[in-house]
Amino acid sequence: MNWHGVKAIYRFEMARTFRTLMQSLASPVISTSLYFVVFGTAIGGRVGEIDGVSYGAFIIPGLIMLSLLSESISNASFGIYMPKWSGTIYEVLSAPVSYIEVLLGYVGAAATKSVLIGLLILGTARIFVPYEIAHPVWMTVFLLLTSITFSLFGFIIGLWADDFQKLQVIPLMVVTPLTFLGGAFYSIDMLSPTWQKIALFNPVVYLISGFRWSFYGISDVDVGISAAAIGGFLVVCLGAVWWIFKTGWKLKA
Amino acid sequence: MTQRPIIQIERLSKTYDGGFQALKSVDLEIREGEIFALLGPNGAGKSTLINIVCGIVTPTDGRVLADGHDIQKDFRAAREKIGLVPQELLTDAFETVWATTRFSRGLFGKKHDAAYLEEVLRDLSLWEKKDAKIMQLSGGMKRRVLIAKALSHEPRILFLDEPSAGVDVELRHGMWQMVRKLRDRGVTIILTTHYIEEAEEMADRIGVISEGRLVVVEDKDVLMKKLGKKQLELNLRAPLGAVPDALADLPLELTGDGKTLVYTFDTQTEETGIADLLRRLGDHGVDFTDLHSKESSLEEIFVRLIHESKRSEPEPAESTAPKGAR
Ligand SMILES: Nc1ncnc2c1ncn2[C@@H]1O[C@H](COP(=O)(O)OP(=O)(O)O)[C@@H](O)[C@H]1O
Ligand SMILES: [Mg+2]
Repeated sequence: MNWHGVKAIYRFEMARTFRTLMQSLASPVISTSLYFVVFGTAIGGRVGEIDGVSYGAFIIPGLIMLSLLSESISNASFGIYMPKWSGTIYEVLSAPVSYIEVLLGYVGAAATKSVLIGLLILGTARIFVPYEIAHPVWMTVFLLLTSITFSLFGFIIGLWADDFQKLQVIPLMVVTPLTFLGGAFYSIDMLSPTWQKIALFNPVVYLISGFRWSFYGISDVDVGISAAAIGGFLVVCLGAVWWIFKTGWKLKA
Repeated sequence: MTQRPIIQIERLSKTYDGGFQALKSVDLEIREGEIFALLGPNGAGKSTLINIVCGIVTPTDGRVLADGHDIQKDFRAAREKIGLVPQELLTDAFETVWATTRFSRGLFGKKHDAAYLEEVLRDLSLWEKKDAKIMQLSGGMKRRVLIAKALSHEPRILFLDEPSAGVDVELRHGMWQMVRKLRDRGVTIILTTHYIEEAEEMADRIGVISEGRLVVVEDKDVLMKKLGKKQLELNLRAPLGAVPDALADLPLELTGDGKTLVYTFDTQTEETGIADLLRRLGDHGVDFTDLHSKESSLEEIFVRLIHESKRSEPEPAESTAPKGAR
């Protein structure tokens, strides 16, 4: 293993994050705070409790997931797309690093950043609403797994995209709608029976439900299924990456 | 010479996705410690060849060993030994010189070594700029940053793809000096160029590549004898009907309606015969208004070389038989 190589890529990516601190860390925190103000405080007062949890507290896990998904995808896809676009990828291609090492560096850094953002939002939420975490270990597992899996997914998008439009299209057209309809702001029990069935096809429902369970012990779907869903998606992404690297797809002439 | 080859290229071919064949069964051996110039016009396949050896382009056929290691099967061992300065100025605009050099060293699997990186940057006159962002640097400096990156992991083989493209004369000479210094430290250097003068100035051996074929590989001195023809053109005051008989022993030709006299000479010999020519022209009352010398253009030379190689090897390329006894 070329650990120095992994470290070099990881450091490079983290430096990029901290160079654009405002954009990369502050902006998700600010936008989440706005959600708390609008939904938690203003509207939440009228909604009352859901399953014995105040509405402000109820939306915390969903809001964190929302940021985790979009930040993981955009950060990881950008990380690998930029050197491809600017041509500096030549150096990585000519270096004694294997694909696994490239992956560890880029995805590791993107996932680290997502976890940081998740924790920052968690801290920010404290300012607005009191909450507790019933299963901190599971909370950590979901946080890590989601960050890693969706960073991997973003990495694949970054590899696949050969222009900026493609880079944006999946996050914008697929991921954002799924996350907003994934039960961040409501329990799917509140939907009509038909919509409940449809919602079960949305993978994000499982993520948010599982993550919320780790906070409050309440969930829309069984937590085991949630864990299996995220694990399954991780395996799918790993398989896709393995296939891409095996075929040298879109990286080398 | 019985130096062992540090790079062995065998039957290397590349057909790009669009179907264009950029390399046609190239065989080449680079000797350890030499400066090798790959000379050829734009589009000849120089960058393709270099990029294959460095792992950026996948070969369609053939095999490359770097220091005995197959560049595909044993890519780690092969690539550790190689540094590449690409043709284009590909840099991370927002990084500092120091950070990007440090990054390269790590990427190539070497432990951070501040003292060594400082030495590299000082050698390239970049030390004062170490904390500058790359986007603040001039083109010449960016090229040197790329060289610093390529040297950051102490490679034994350095590829320079068109090192003097877009670099002014002064910097070019600085670059040549640096390349020689590296060679003195035992680094093998392979550079590409489409300037004959650059190949002549720098190289121990020269390979001429044209349309994806390696046309000739020779020691520089031998090749320069073959290539080094220059012409002196004299614009005559009064047109001549023919070259005067008294001057018939000289390699003279009359062109341009008898208004231009062309003298062909060899740049490699001590005596070009120009002084003698001018004296004898004066003696015979041939007066001229202007004179200038020109080299045979690269294209002319390639055409000549390709003709020669076709004559000596009736059916070249495609066959896999090794050329000569290497
Ligand atoms: N990625 C590519 N896809 C298709 N054709 C290419 C690609 N890269 C180079 N070529 C073609 O291959 C030929 C050789 O290119 P190159 O190796 O860059 O030449 P040189 O470096 O000698 O100027 C050119 O005709 C070029 O257009
Ligand atoms: Mg080139």
